[in-house]
Amino acid sequence: MSFQPVKFYQTGTFTVGNRLLVPEERSVQANMERTNSLNSGHRACQGCGEALGARYAIDAAMHATNNQLIAANATGCLEVFSTPYPETSWQIPWMHSLFGNAPAVATGIAAAIKIKRLKGLKDDVRVVAQGGDGGTTDIGFGCLSGMFERNDDVLYICYDNGGYMNTGVQRSSATPPAARTATTMPVGQQPGNVFGQGKFMPAIAMAHEIPYVATATVADLRDLEHKVKKAMTFRGARYIQILVPCPLGWGAASQDTIKLSRLAKETGTFPVFEAEYGELTNSSKIRRVLPVEEYLRPQKRFAHLFGKTPAVATLVRLQALADKNIRKYQLLDKEAN
Amino acid sequence: MLKQMEGSHAVAEAVALCRPEVICAYPISPQTHIVEGVGEMVKAGKIVNCEFINVESEFAAMSVAIGSSATGARTYTATASQGLLFMVEAVYNASGLGLPIVMTVANRAIGAPINIWNDHSDSISQRDSGWIQLFAETNQEALDLHIQAFKLAEELSLPVMVCMDGFILTHAYERVDIPTQEQVDAFLPSYEPRQVLDTHAPVSIGAMVGPEAFTEVRYLAHEKQMQALDLIPKMSEEFKSIFGRDSGGLVRPYRTEDAETIVIAMGSVLGTIKDTVDEMRDAGVKIGVLGIISFRPFPLDAVREAIRNAKRVVVLEKTFAVGIGGILATDVRTAFFGFGIQIESYTVIAGLGGRPITKASLHELFEKAGRDDLPRLTFLDLDWKVVNKQLERERKMRRSGPAAENILRDVSSTVAHLG
Amino acid sequence: MFEVRIHGRGGQGVVTAAEMLSIAAFEEAHHAQAFPSFGSERTGAPVVAFCRIAEKEIRLREPIMEPDALIIQDPTLLQSVDVFSGLKKDGFILINTKSSFEELGLADYVRDWPADRLCTLAATDLGLKHVGRPMPNVPLLAGFAALSGVIKLESVIMAINAKFSGKVAAGNIAGATEAFELVRARIESARKEAAHA
Repeated sequence: MSFQPVKFYQTGTFTVGNRLLVPEERSVQANMERTNSLNSGHRACQGCGEALGARYAIDAAMHATNNQLIAANATGCLEVFSTPYPETSWQIPWMHSLFGNAPAVATGIAAAIKIKRLKGLKDDVRVVAQGGDGGTTDIGFGCLSGMFERNDDVLYICYDNGGYMNTGVQRSSATPPAARTATTMPVGQQPGNVFGQGKFMPAIAMAHEIPYVATATVADLRDLEHKVKKAMTFRGARYIQILVPCPLGWGAASQDTIKLSRLAKETGTFPVFEAEYGELTNSSKIRRVLPVEEYLRPQKRFAHLFGKTPAVATLVRLQALADKNIRKYQLLDKEAN
Repeated sequence: MLKQMEGSHAVAEAVALCRPEVICAYPISPQTHIVEGVGEMVKAGKIVNCEFINVESEFAAMSVAIGSSATGARTYTATASQGLLFMVEAVYNASGLGLPIVMTVANRAIGAPINIWNDHSDSISQRDSGWIQLFAETNQEALDLHIQAFKLAEELSLPVMVCMDGFILTHAYERVDIPTQEQVDAFLPSYEPRQVLDTHAPVSIGAMVGPEAFTEVRYLAHEKQMQALDLIPKMSEEFKSIFGRDSGGLVRPYRTEDAETIVIAMGSVLGTIKDTVDEMRDAGVKIGVLGIISFRPFPLDAVREAIRNAKRVVVLEKTFAVGIGGILATDVRTAFFGFGIQIESYTVIAGLGGRPITKASLHELFEKAGRDDLPRLTFLDLDWKVVNKQLERERKMRRSGPAAENILRDVSSTVAHLG
Repeated sequence: MFEVRIHGRGGQGVVTAAEMLSIAAFEEAHHAQAFPSFGSERTGAPVVAFCRIAEKEIRLREPIMEPDALIIQDPTLLQSVDVFSGLKKDGFILINTKSSFEELGLADYVRDWPADRLCTLAATDLGLKHVGRPMPNVPLLAGFAALSGVIKLESVIMAINAKFSGKVAAGNIAGATEAFELVRARIESARKEAAHA
């Protein structure tokens, strides 16, 4: 009997998940030794993008730091659902202080570690600060800018779901234009959130010329893990903003979280890129640009733009914003398109 | 070692001797010289193994202190007035979490109207925050209290506010005895935290506590202040045995044993009061002074014991409860009310916004008190003419203008260009 | 207790003068307390600083209302500020000026004053000469030492070394020494005149 060698053409690709990848290329999530830093039993909603993003990000950070990580967390959904007294789902040393001070608390932790190391602590303990878009772009803005300016050795991760979700879906400065929230209702002359508003924190972080800035979504696990691990190779201030859909706040189906993240990227609404010291170094290319409508339709927070009399002018403006992102962050693969 | 130096620098030297590990502060008059002092010492390598962080606001200052203290580092900051208010959320957070941060408050009035001079309204506004609050009478005591504060804070796992009068103490040059490093090391061991962020023993700090447990958690804060009442005098005794002088403690009585009138006050004004009291004693008046050093926890028992045989107390304070009267006075009354002690009590609000408290005014005040010829509540040296003029202005027209500017205009024509 | 009040304008080193006076007194084992009248810091605005010297702990914290001595660093203040307010009878007065008491319009005020309690000194010029800056405070301090005898020149020099270093300290010491001599000579001749009168 002759032996027919079988060629597994999927080897080395993600096509069959991690099974046929060399161990170094497998995701942290596939690793038996992953810390599961955000353990199960937390009280997040079904389909919560933030819970997913936090688990991905912190496990990757733990992997990159040999499990020597301390986290400071702002008030918000993540903090609330992960620590319902008397339980905690965090497997790492973790601290929650206030809404607007996570970056400053992290600065303090990093300073204390620095001194401990001078006094003989062997472990290279690193610090992560995390918060939602409200705690980051609004109330925590001053502290975040201060941390950037001093170049403190902290990785700040912002879980961006475009609103103050924990308090009942109110508008933040990261809420997209035209979106419905409890404080930007779809009524009156300009239904939903107004245009011309909104802070894109990654650009502001780049303006501080800190060592590393990146954006990511929960749709691409490996990209997110790669960025977190890469961030940990730098010393100094680093910032990662992760788009994390909120099914409740967005009026989306809980099973659409990953799909919506992918659509946000593929329409250009949420640019995915990396920057170092204020300059763009890498963008995640869009293979096939989709019109923004495809991203907006599955979300009830944009429902008032559709229906019997679609808000055509608004949709045009939203499309223009996405187009601008595509240009600005070089999201198209020139050769492919 | 005896030195002639500015109060702020004496405090900076005391803090340096305590081997701080993280110092984070934001500048505000009149605390600036303290922070500049420690900053320079860190930069020049005079304080080793210490990280000095220039933060972007007072809110950041206390927040950085929270992170640092929770990671097991001995942490210090300083502020005053508006800065203290700006960090209030974090002030409560620090005490709620039980972090042994030491903070100097260079007492300054709170605006509006903006005023950079001394009074106690800033610290007093935080009397319910759960922090221990100690008031220094002199620069010597200010520097001594910082050394005691670190030990006190770390033993109790509670933050401590050392209050010293802005400008009057911070910017005054006087003689101080700076301890040696050996003395401080003998008194203050290295920080052993009750809770710490440690990768080898992970914990979650700062959970949300609901109605089912909040009362119990908060009661523990109350309990800790009671423990402080025991610990503070012990700390002062221990301090004396190593450093050789009286410093700190709960209260400091002066000539109160047979006094018929006892004046109660906090901070630097006690010096002027004591000079006045000595002069009155020379003239045969039975008057004494009770200095309160520990305002929080308030030493109810110690105050009661000190005043129980007097006919009257005059509580002189640099703050007031708007619409009600005194704050210190109310705490004093709580000390003796319901214990069957017959005693008159008079509240005197003085020194607001840095108005000097003079011996002459105090003489007049105490003499009146001795005759029981004082109203319940007195605003010392208040210019009634100016006040009434403004009230009249407001009665006459709707658009009477900003009150502060009107009053300044009325006053500036008659002000003497002195302190 | 000996109380000194120093008047000047922001930028003339009034506060430093009071601090140095307290250091000088400390070096002679006195207790001393120095503090400014805390106005907003602004160059050119009137500034007052105080110094108390005593043999025991100084507890009093009020501004000095009845000084034993006045040092006036800027004579233009005479028009706008009541510098003499509360000055004890026969108190020491030292004014930074090239003019005389009479020329300054103070003849009436000091008519019955003991001549050896009053002195003028061109301190700003001394500052320019020795330190290259129009700073009158150190020469005035040394002049005050000579005038009042409350502190020695040696102590003033120790205070200078506590505050300054290098060339500036050296210049200040030279200026102080010259000022001390000038005032000492003036007081001596004032005493001789009084004795002859």
